[in-house]
Amino acid sequence: MSFPWLTLALVLPLTGALVLMLLPKSSSARPGESASALPQQVALAFSLLTLALTVGLALRFDPNAEGFQFEEVHTWIEGFGAHYALGLDGIGLTLVLLTAVLTPIVVLASWGDADRGRWSVNSFFAWLLALEGLAIGVFAATDVFLFYVLFEATLLPIYFLIGGFGGARRSYAATKFLVYSLLGGLVMLASVIGLYVESARSSGGPTYLLSELVPIMGDVDTGVGRWLFLGFFVAFAIKAPMFPVHTWLPDAADEATPGTSVMLVSVLDKIGTFGMIRFCLGLFPEASTWATPVVLVLAVVSILYGALVAIGQRSIPRLIAYTSVSHFGFIVLGIFVMNSQGQVGSTLYMFNHGLSTGLLFLVTGFLIARRGSRMIPDFGGVQSVAPLLAGIFLVAGLSSLSLPGLSPFVSEFLVMTGAFVRDWWYAAFAVLGMVLAALYILLMYQRTMTGPVRPAIEGMRDLGRRELAAMAPLVTLIVALGFFPQPLTDVIRPAVADTLSHVGRADPGPTVTGADTEAETGADAETEGAD
Amino acid sequence: MVVAPAVQAGLLPHLETVPVVSPGPAEGVFSLLWVIIALPALGAALILVLGNRRSQAWAHLLGTATVAGSFVLAAVMMVALVGRGEEDRQVGQHLYTWFEAGRFQADVALLLDPLSALFVLLITGVGALIHLYSVGYMAHDERRARFFGYLNLFVAAMLVLVLADNYLLLFLGWEGVGLASYLLIGFWQHRTSAAVAAKKAFVVNRVGDIGLALGAMLLFATFGTVSFAGVSERAGGASETTLTIVGLLLLLGACGKSAQVPLQSWLLDAMEGPTPVSALIHAATMVTAGVYLVVRSSFIFERAEVARTAVMLVGLVTLLVGAVIGCAKDDIKKALAGSTMSQIGYMMLAAGLGVAGYGFAIFHLLTHGFFKANMFLGAGSVMHAMDDDVDMRHYGALRTAVPVTFLTFAMGYLAIIGFPGFAGFWSKDKIIETAFGVNFWAGLAALAGAGITAFYMTRLMIMTFLSEKRWAPEAHPHESPAVMTVPLIVLAALSVLGGVLYLGGWITDWLAPVTSVEEHHELAVSPLVLTLIVVAVVAVGVAAAWFLFGRREIAREAPRKVSFATRAARADLYGDAINEQLLMRPGDRLVESLVTFDDAIVDGTVDGTGGAALGMSGTFRRVQSGYVRNYALSVLAGALIVAVTLLAVNLA
Repeated sequence: MSFPWLTLALVLPLTGALVLMLLPKSSSARPGESASALPQQVALAFSLLTLALTVGLALRFDPNAEGFQFEEVHTWIEGFGAHYALGLDGIGLTLVLLTAVLTPIVVLASWGDADRGRWSVNSFFAWLLALEGLAIGVFAATDVFLFYVLFEATLLPIYFLIGGFGGARRSYAATKFLVYSLLGGLVMLASVIGLYVESARSSGGPTYLLSELVPIMGDVDTGVGRWLFLGFFVAFAIKAPMFPVHTWLPDAADEATPGTSVMLVSVLDKIGTFGMIRFCLGLFPEASTWATPVVLVLAVVSILYGALVAIGQRSIPRLIAYTSVSHFGFIVLGIFVMNSQGQVGSTLYMFNHGLSTGLLFLVTGFLIARRGSRMIPDFGGVQSVAPLLAGIFLVAGLSSLSLPGLSPFVSEFLVMTGAFVRDWWYAAFAVLGMVLAALYILLMYQRTMTGPVRPAIEGMRDLGRRELAAMAPLVTLIVALGFFPQPLTDVIRPAVADTLSHVGRADPGPTVTGADTEAETGADAETEGAD
Repeated sequence: MVVAPAVQAGLLPHLETVPVVSPGPAEGVFSLLWVIIALPALGAALILVLGNRRSQAWAHLLGTATVAGSFVLAAVMMVALVGRGEEDRQVGQHLYTWFEAGRFQADVALLLDPLSALFVLLITGVGALIHLYSVGYMAHDERRARFFGYLNLFVAAMLVLVLADNYLLLFLGWEGVGLASYLLIGFWQHRTSAAVAAKKAFVVNRVGDIGLALGAMLLFATFGTVSFAGVSERAGGASETTLTIVGLLLLLGACGKSAQVPLQSWLLDAMEGPTPVSALIHAATMVTAGVYLVVRSSFIFERAEVARTAVMLVGLVTLLVGAVIGCAKDDIKKALAGSTMSQIGYMMLAAGLGVAGYGFAIFHLLTHGFFKANMFLGAGSVMHAMDDDVDMRHYGALRTAVPVTFLTFAMGYLAIIGFPGFAGFWSKDKIIETAFGVNFWAGLAALAGAGITAFYMTRLMIMTFLSEKRWAPEAHPHESPAVMTVPLIVLAALSVLGGVLYLGGWITDWLAPVTSVEEHHELAVSPLVLTLIVVAVVAVGVAAAWFLFGRREIAREAPRKVSFATRAARADLYGDAINEQLLMRPGDRLVESLVTFDDAIVDGTVDGTGGAALGMSGTFRRVQSGYVRNYALSVLAGALIVAVTLLAVNLA
């Protein structure tokens, strides 16, 4: 048995969390005197180690190998058929990387954000690291039961991060988040139990191991499969979040610290869309195809609804939260159009959205901390006094509106192309999101950054070294992946091809073929030229 | 020449002449094709990453040098291209695969052919001159380094646009120039009006970009490729309906970028940007990208009659609308902006005329690039002299105060009105002639446009350089430094001599491998007679302006009591008002009601039912008073329920 690298990637941040909990509480005894930054440094060290480890994993990952890699399978609870089973395919790897990249950046950006929290600074960074470890576990789990347990376990750290270190209405926001998530989890639990029942009936069961469940679920009764699918889908739709179960996100983002928002929106919400690919499509291909028309409409509604409501927001974090509702609409759209362009686009979208929304939350977090207000009308003319901050804000905004040359464009264009190939009118509506995105981003930029300098803005500090150090890797990645997304798509494409062949969908060929493609597309190509 | 398979099969005999893009390898000097883009891109990256303060000392030198370097390289390649046989004048350079998924593949690959070569020369040539001019014009701006960073970014993006060998890379350049335009219109961002104008330009352009994006998707769905080579080879096999839709979508994109009706409203506001920007981006290069797109896609428009007619109509409407707006503006830059819309309308009209017109569209695009850049820079020089006042009612008699500016501007003036022998005379005359050959009414409208052009340009000339002084008391006009006047002189020379491009029909022959060869239309009158008619109409326009403005005293304040026509033209023919009523107000109301809906209904239902179902309303209150830890317990309880349920099921 090879070395359990994935377990290490999961345990490393959890160990960091434990160390932080055991560390003596750092207290800034007198006001004005800066407390020791030991917890921050410990958190940074552990998150960087985790990053190094996952990058190492990514380098050793063979994109062309079949199935999961770095697999570890141990029986956990034999009676349930539950296993401690980890493994990565291209989609899981992408999200593990995203988690590992964002955590040290969040630590660096949140340096002083926990000082005024309800609990100690140690605990803030401990929960952060715990969250990282659990999220990595969720993306690497290849056993449904393990996934479910970790999925629910991620609620705890984020709940404490919001409830302990947020704004004035943080308790309301944290509870709302928890109730929503628990409800979703409860619905999923029903399906998880249903899976057990089905697998126990089969010759191979009971089992929760994905590789064993997939063939079992292939024979399941259509009606049962659809009910079980719904349980998973509802939980993931709440997590993502999709219209109409999205309203917990704006409240949570509004109250949480910027770092918490990043972990929540950039990492945790991806569990929803990741779960749709891995579990909805993976376990219930028939039911997923059956639900497609409704899901696609909901996705398009999310895109437009999220964007339109974003335009009307006055609070910056709420606005960003609504833009995410719109972006998650794109991701779901790409998954359920069931073709290569859509799903490669969606998986890449999850990564890119993590970067661009992460950057947007963090840079506006710096802005909000300086002014002491998160309301758009309280700003104006920031570009004149803090040009660096304004510049990075603009880059983040442009990436959010999918400007070509920045990474989100590649994924958004692929998703829309996938939608177009599926049925042109999905794309025709989704593409309106391009205009709305320009409106919500540039309106916010214009109102906060340009115009005459407001009195309250005068003397605002520009970004400091630590803040720049946190932003620079994100900006670099967004630009680099805008021009060279191939390292990621090379990993994603084979995994998507697997998913699609499992669902039984082949990409439609072009309607008109040239001499060189004729042979490859063969008989299914129809030529309209004769009329 | 390679022809489409459907043509080989004899299915579409009338389209045998539509050329196919099939570039040869980039050898010799052409292997440096990517460097043309890389130079200004590097300049932009260095200046913008290092920041304004650290690059202040050298940014203007580096910025100008990179563009000039690209121009030299482009000129060398042009010579090499001329030296080749007509069928060998397409060079392709594949750099790398941008991204792929399934059958979809987007390449970063370049195409240099007779069409893109002309554009590269225009962009880098006029671009270098405008960079040089900006060294003087922006000398007193403390953010000059950043300005040059943005200018270089623009040039790089524009070069990507015209050198791309597929629709997706073109889209990268297309939105890239949009970004540069946004940054530069809003360069003086501390002025709210500039920031608003920048945002407006970007958003309106995005509406057009929908068309380009959907067009690229439809091309992929139909042909399985977005490369010019692949599409042009297979276009003959697609249905006319499909091609018509592609054509109309591309036209939507072109309308946004080229400020054509109905997406024209942003261009006049874009004059908030520094004047060199207006010259380079909003006159000579970026705004002509729509014309480039149509001509580049001739293999689609040639097979889509309806789309081509739509291009022609858009061009006709815009050329008249722009000209009428130009008549009423007192702001010198806005008058020129109206004129730009109108002149691009001429190019669109020509492109919509099909094979007969493509060559002339590009011809007029080039001459317009010369004379309009010349006049915008001239206007900048005048503003420089008049303390940045743009109101022509405060000018007058400036010919003696700024003699070089006056003389060079006059060359541009004679070129745009089509004074015999000047650049614009040749290019506009050919468009009007071709329009008459295709459709009498189109010709008539183009002819009327020529008369109006003569009118508003003469008005501008009189109000600025002739008539009597109406200066502000503190004005002390002075001629600009040499770094600004030298570009003016070069551009003035090109405005005079630009017509040589048509010597012996050179430009249409040169473009033949891209746009096919000209058909001959029979005109009711001989071309010479038509030319005389055009000149006569222009003379009437000039005379009318002279009687209205040259012989009367011009008020320093714009008269209030004016005719309905003048009021409408001053209000940009109500373009903004229409957008406001039809789009923005209903849009605002929609957003407002959705926000209310989201708060009251979607969220309200959740809060309500959630509270009722779980008895949460009480606990919410308790939580808010601080018992957060209880919820940790509830999570634990949840986990317990999981385990118990599973056990129960297991035992059952």
